[in-house]
Parts: sequence; structure tokens; C-alpha cells
Amino acid sequence: MKTQYQIERYCHIRDYQILVNGQVLFEEQAPDFKAFIKSAYKSLDMDHSKFFKMDDLSKLGFMAAELLLKNETEKEVALVFSNKASSLDTDLIHQKSIDDDDNFYPSPAVFVYTLPNICMGEISIRHKIYSENAFFIFDRFSPETLVDYTHNLLENNEAKKVLCGWIDLDHGKFDAFLYVVGENGIFAHTKEELNRLYE
Amino acid sequence: MSDLKQELKEKIIEQLNLEDVAIDEIADSDPLFGEGLGLDSIDALELIVMLDKDYGIKLADPKEGRKIFESIETMSAYIAEHRSR
Repeated sequence: MKTQYQIERYCHIRDYQILVNGQVLFEEQAPDFKAFIKSAYKSLDMDHSKFFKMDDLSKLGFMAAELLLKNETEKEVALVFSNKASSLDTDLIHQKSIDDDDNFYPSPAVFVYTLPNICMGEISIRHKIYSENAFFIFDRFSPETLVDYTHNLLENNEAKKVLCGWIDLDHGKFDAFLYVVGENGIFAHTKEELNRLYE
Repeated sequence: MSDLKQELKEKIIEQLNLEDVAIDEIADSDPLFGEGLGLDSIDALELIVMLDKDYGIKLADPKEGRKIFESIETMSAYIAEHRSR
């Protein structure tokens, strides 16, 4: 019989709020994402010296992953993320630094974040995860593909659990919806449930 | 020279995003890499860009950086001797 996979827990970060399983964990009407995420990091008593070196997309993903994986003991956790803007926010910062031939000083620390999957690298380093990862670019949150891909990983024993979802940041707007999928949980891991929880 | 050391500490904290480090926590002789400030290889590249952008110093051989970036003391001595701006 096929295993019915479940959503164990989930996290939203949007509208200057952080919610885990629908409960508000942190909220602050900060002037922008940088101020908001810095305030959340300090308020939630996090401790990771590299956090402030990350680009904003990585900070967004790191924060959600930290809240979902902090008590996770399973290390075979695959990462399956998606978004619309890819790493555009950081790409534009890099582009600005190379626009002017007479003032051509690209920052190596910015350049290394000009790929969206670097965010998953930061999470993998933090949580010592060595398993599969994939980052999809969709026009909108698309649980159809995420569910199929996640079930495939689990059914083929590529991972015991999967951290997946949507993590998008563009021109100051941010929207993260990450969730952990495994054999036990609080909701069925279906497209319908994901659409409901995402909204 | 002490003004330059102070300036370097400020620049390093700002440009390397060392959010949790205060200027007075960096001693002139503290190692910048490893057990000192804990800078990494990307930070080393940032420091090379900073030498070029702010002081007009182009390192022909990035390996030179190993000695130059040992501490604020070694950095400031090198900059004072080689700066073009």
C-alpha cells in the first residue's frame, strides 16, 4: 500500500509576520525586509554568525527553515524550493556594481548569492543536511509539481523527510511558505491542502 | 596611523556585515581570519576589492593577502606604504 505522506509543520513569513502552524510567532511593522528580518533574528534569539552575511532571499529561507528544523533529528531531509523571482533581487545589486566601467567594483560577497539555490546551501550547512535538493522557478506557487516531486523523493528513499515550499523575494516584497513532509503530521500532503494552507 | 586603524575597523564591520561585532572588540593585533574575527575566503576577496576601491592598491598576487590581512596592524602598515589615494 502506498504511504500517505503528511505535512508535519509549516511556516509563513509575509506581511511583516512570522507564523508557525498558523500561530503568530513574531510580527513587527518594520520599514523594510532588512529591518524586519534583523529584528526577528534578534527577537527569536537565533545564533548563527553568518546570518548577516547572507542576501535577503537566503535570510528569508534560513529563518523559515530554522523555525521548522530546529528540533528535527532526522538528517535525511531533502530540500525542494520554488519561487518566481529566482535571485533577481541580488542579481540587480550585482548588476548595479558593474554598470559603470569607471567604477567597476563587483562585490564577491554579493556575487556568490546570484543563484537562488545558494539559499538551500546555507540551510544545508546550518543543519548538516547532505541529501537531495532542487529549486524550481514557477510563475506562482504550484503545489502540483512540488507534491509529485516530493513523493517521488520519499518513495524512492532519496530522503526520509522533505522541507519544501515557496520562498520569493522581489523589490521589497517577500513571501515564504515552507513545510516539512514526512510519514506523520497534521495535514495530508495534497495539492488541495497546500493551496489552502498557502492562502 | 591610528586614524587609519580606526577607519579600517569601521570599514571591515560595515562592508563584511559583522553585525554582532563592535569596533572596540577588535584589537589591532587580533587575527582577522581563523580564531580571531572568523573571516572567510569570500571576506578575503572583499578586502582585496576594498584595497583597490578605497586606497588604489591592486594586489598583483592574491596570495600576498595572507600576510597583509593578518591583522588590522599589518593591513594599516601595508596601506600606509602603498596607497595612491
